[in-house]
Amino acid sequence: MLDIAGSVLSFSFYEGLVFGLVAIGVYLTLRVLAFPDLTVDGSYTLGGATTAVLIVNGVHPVPATLAAIGVGLGAGLVTGVLNTKLRLPALLAGILMMVGLYSINLRIMGGANLSLLRQVTAFDKVAEVLGLSHGSIVVSITVAIAIAVVVFFILNWFLRTEIGLALRATGDNEQMVRSLGVDTDKNVLMGCAISNGLVGLAGAVVAQGQGFADVGMGIGMIVMGLASVIIGEALFRPRGVARLMLAAIGGAFCYRLFITIALRLGMAPGDLKLITAVLVVIALAVPFIRKKLRHEWIPPAVRW
Amino acid sequence: MSQNKSLLQLRGISKIFSKGTIDEVTALDNIKLDVNAEDYITIIGSNGAGKTTLLNVIGGVFPPERGGKVIISGNDITGFSEYKHAIYVGRVYQDPHIGTAARMTVEENLAMAVLRGQPRGLRPATNKQRRELFRSALAPLSLGLEDRLNAQVGTLSSGQRQAVALVMATISKPALLLLDEHTANLDPRTAQLVLDLTEVIVQREKMTTIMVTHNMELALRYGNRLIMMHEGKIVVDLNQKQRAGLTIDDLIVAFEQASGRRFIEDNILLRR
Repeated sequence: MLDIAGSVLSFSFYEGLVFGLVAIGVYLTLRVLAFPDLTVDGSYTLGGATTAVLIVNGVHPVPATLAAIGVGLGAGLVTGVLNTKLRLPALLAGILMMVGLYSINLRIMGGANLSLLRQVTAFDKVAEVLGLSHGSIVVSITVAIAIAVVVFFILNWFLRTEIGLALRATGDNEQMVRSLGVDTDKNVLMGCAISNGLVGLAGAVVAQGQGFADVGMGIGMIVMGLASVIIGEALFRPRGVARLMLAAIGGAFCYRLFITIALRLGMAPGDLKLITAVLVVIALAVPFIRKKLRHEWIPPAVRW
Repeated sequence: MSQNKSLLQLRGISKIFSKGTIDEVTALDNIKLDVNAEDYITIIGSNGAGKTTLLNVIGGVFPPERGGKVIISGNDITGFSEYKHAIYVGRVYQDPHIGTAARMTVEENLAMAVLRGQPRGLRPATNKQRRELFRSALAPLSLGLEDRLNAQVGTLSSGQRQAVALVMATISKPALLLLDEHTANLDPRTAQLVLDLTEVIVQREKMTTIMVTHNMELALRYGNRLIMMHEGKIVVDLNQKQRAGLTIDDLIVAFEQASGRRFIEDNILLRR
């Protein structure tokens, strides 16, 4: 029993950290920029597909993983251009990117999926260095922690710089930021790019961890990211940049834990989407009900 | 740039909205205006006279019609984006929510404002030195905000937010300050506080200022030059000498003579 609990927890911990990257990406667009970016489903797969193809073609897994960040940044940049330069609504720009990237991902992989069996992945490299057996959960967690820590510290520093502050302010009051001499279009581009770069990185890590990339691997990723951000906010009620990012990772962990337990309890994988939807509704409803009970003022619902 | 050149030159500024439709409106009609350095101009006029449209053209929210020119400190910035106009122009809006970012702290708002016109880099946005600067800029408000640098701006009252917005518009000492009915949404006491504060900052920094107002009394009390607008044109332009000793009734007469209209029609809008 303890064994099972231990393996469920450690696996969720690993997944929480990796999908925490997606959650931080969604936090950056949705919360920091107030830009509901649906590119995520496509850029996640794009990252996985790019890394898989590069590794299969003999590229070292580390540059192959970094390349996933690059293509993710590129995808986010295009979404940003659609919105700021062609003035497409944010939601539509993301949806179009998500749809368009599906075809691109098929082209990149030359098929619906690409196996990384018998290929050397970043996990294998780390296992080698640590002298541990391939496929050990310790290796997975080590890789995930290393990436999450680096991403967290870089972003935590960046968002407090002059450029980072202007980025955050853009999502809060774009008119004000422009009137203070900042090109807000540039900030939207930057935010979308960083966000999807992180999501692409997550796709690359997951593809290597599971040993394949699949054209459908990104489906529902935006909802998962959203769920993580919202669950994190509901549970930890964070304030400040650092805590908000930690809450997103924490939310991702809780979400994955919930899903893993549901699967262990014998739920059909097909039912997981419904569970996710219900989870998000609950996480959003709890703060609402709490305010209602306290007779606090509740802002009207947002309609993007 | 020669010394006697004006700080802001507007030449042939027109603005037509809904061009080519039956709703076509000429909001600004071939405006020529020279604003001297350290001028404090009050602009008055009824709704639809073109006051805010004029500020929007100066602030770069939209460009004037072809042929118009906006020149600030000798630089022709006609057609530049709003964020480039902002290098020269600080602005306080009627709505305090527009001038401040609610989900950020007082300190973060001011840190955004202090870098107007400067390149933003990868240095920390706030540091001890800047915090001192913010405190000394907030202290004269007597609102206690200098001790609440970490308060979220959304938790402040409208008056406090507008005071912060005024400090934000002026802290980097832009060449020109635009005040767009910036006390119209405040209760009389807070409005007076913000007006007093405006006066202090404008005098201390010798800021060139344009204040739009509906309130004739304010237009007479503040500034050194008074402009009346009507149907997109400047119909009255009084310098300090011409303005001295004028009463609201004198203004109404001046308006009627210049516009050829009975003032009574606009009486409700041009509140006394």
